[in-house]
Amino acid sequence: MSTGEIKRVIIIGAGQAGGETAQRLRQAGFDGDITLIGEEPAPPYQRPPLSKAYLKGEYDMDRLLLRPASVYAEENITLLTSLRAVWIDRANRRVRVEGGRELPYDVLVLATGAKPRKLPLVGADLDGVHLFRTAADADALRPRMVSGAKLVVVGAGYIGLEAAAVARQLGLDVTVIETAVRPLARVTSPEVAGFFLDEHTRQGVRFVLGGQPALIKGRDRVTGVALSDGADVPADIVIAGIGVTPEVALAQQCGLAVENGIVTNRQCLTSDPAIYAIGDCAARPIVHFDERVARLESVHNAVEGAKIVAAAITGGKPHVEEAPWFWSDQYDLKLQIAGLFQGYDHIVLRGVMADRAFAAFYYKGPKLIAVDAVNRPAEYLGAKMLIQTGRTVAPSELEDESRPMKEIVAAAR
Amino acid sequence: MAKITYIEHTGKEHVIDAPNGQTVMEAAVKHAVPGIDADCGGACACATCHVYVDPEWLAKTGEASSMEQSMLDFANDVEDNSRLSCQIKVSDALDGLVVRLPKSQH
Repeated sequence: MSTGEIKRVIIIGAGQAGGETAQRLRQAGFDGDITLIGEEPAPPYQRPPLSKAYLKGEYDMDRLLLRPASVYAEENITLLTSLRAVWIDRANRRVRVEGGRELPYDVLVLATGAKPRKLPLVGADLDGVHLFRTAADADALRPRMVSGAKLVVVGAGYIGLEAAAVARQLGLDVTVIETAVRPLARVTSPEVAGFFLDEHTRQGVRFVLGGQPALIKGRDRVTGVALSDGADVPADIVIAGIGVTPEVALAQQCGLAVENGIVTNRQCLTSDPAIYAIGDCAARPIVHFDERVARLESVHNAVEGAKIVAAAITGGKPHVEEAPWFWSDQYDLKLQIAGLFQGYDHIVLRGVMADRAFAAFYYKGPKLIAVDAVNRPAEYLGAKMLIQTGRTVAPSELEDESRPMKEIVAAAR
Repeated sequence: MAKITYIEHTGKEHVIDAPNGQTVMEAAVKHAVPGIDADCGGACACATCHVYVDPEWLAKTGEASSMEQSMLDFANDVEDNSRLSCQIKVSDALDGLVVRLPKSQH
């Protein structure tokens, strides 16, 4: 379909990817119908602060909203909240929503996101066991995060550790149970994981590493987590932070290609030329990852998808992809990540971990592929620019702290 | 509450009533001022909310923290009056603030 014939765009999923797509379509001059369908009651909002400032009570919901609720009507974007899309009829290009109404589309954007994994244990439905994905999840948790309460976090990924950090700051007693032998096993190197383990330990978090939860104990509400080795960890609250699964049910129902997420090409187009998929639910070849197919769960990826799709639908200049980036705030530590570290063969440290300000650079052969920077924004941004432009620098240059990062980046080839 | 004027690179002006406690970035994004991307939502993680503070307001907006300064070092077309707008908190004292936007945030 040529871009001029596209009059009706439906976006399923009103998270950051869906919300940004609607906004960027209007910014790019698209004047057809835009319908944004979301299951949650709120207009699109930012999820990252949920496990940080929002959980701590420093941010309210208004502050999380990507745009004020009134903007959607002003920009003639039909925002349908608390509504589920239940069926996609590709042959007739229609979406059926709960209640039976059918909405026609010329182009459909799937931004259905991901679902947090439930603990696969008896007792996982007990009161006091929380998943952590939505504002409602955070709202349910917040009143229980009181000083002295016993919190068990199952899963030592970024969200679990961020929640643990907030909980310690609020005075809770915190234990993190992780089946792997180290925290952050999926997302960073043993070196950086070790730094965060030490930091949390110093802040009073207890870790059970290599621990296998066997059962969530409690009658009406949770009282603890039993481990397979027979140990018991008492708990008033349990947070399951064991990752997410992409929300692909609709894509599967209508026969789109799905593997780990809805499969798309670089332009975010699925196996149906009228359907795009973006954000946490979709996997595409990533330019800055040697075109390997990856499903990234991040703000960066949500925004990239929105930019790519808005340009494609409006026939605008194709979006030039940015190198992937992420961040995590724990205590007074700001971790900033650029690139994807998977497949690295050596690591170069700039600064010392004991100073709580250092950067770990990941190399694959001579090529710089990623950085984890803790309280070192220059190293983060500098490395991001290098990765973005496919340049690299010798490890010895980065190890030389007397040379400013800016100078190193400027001289890189 | 502060009235803030954002001037796009093209010269187009946007005047916004920004509530106290929000940041200069948030007020712009919520009103879709083009030219402030702020992809990270204000976590000081992306350096895409770069603005030039009108010189007469520099004393009132204060100085960039070392973290912010390090981020600015890598922004495009940085001047002495460059700031990341996610790090400037709105207060009554900023009523009338004028900021100019760079040609590009990337």
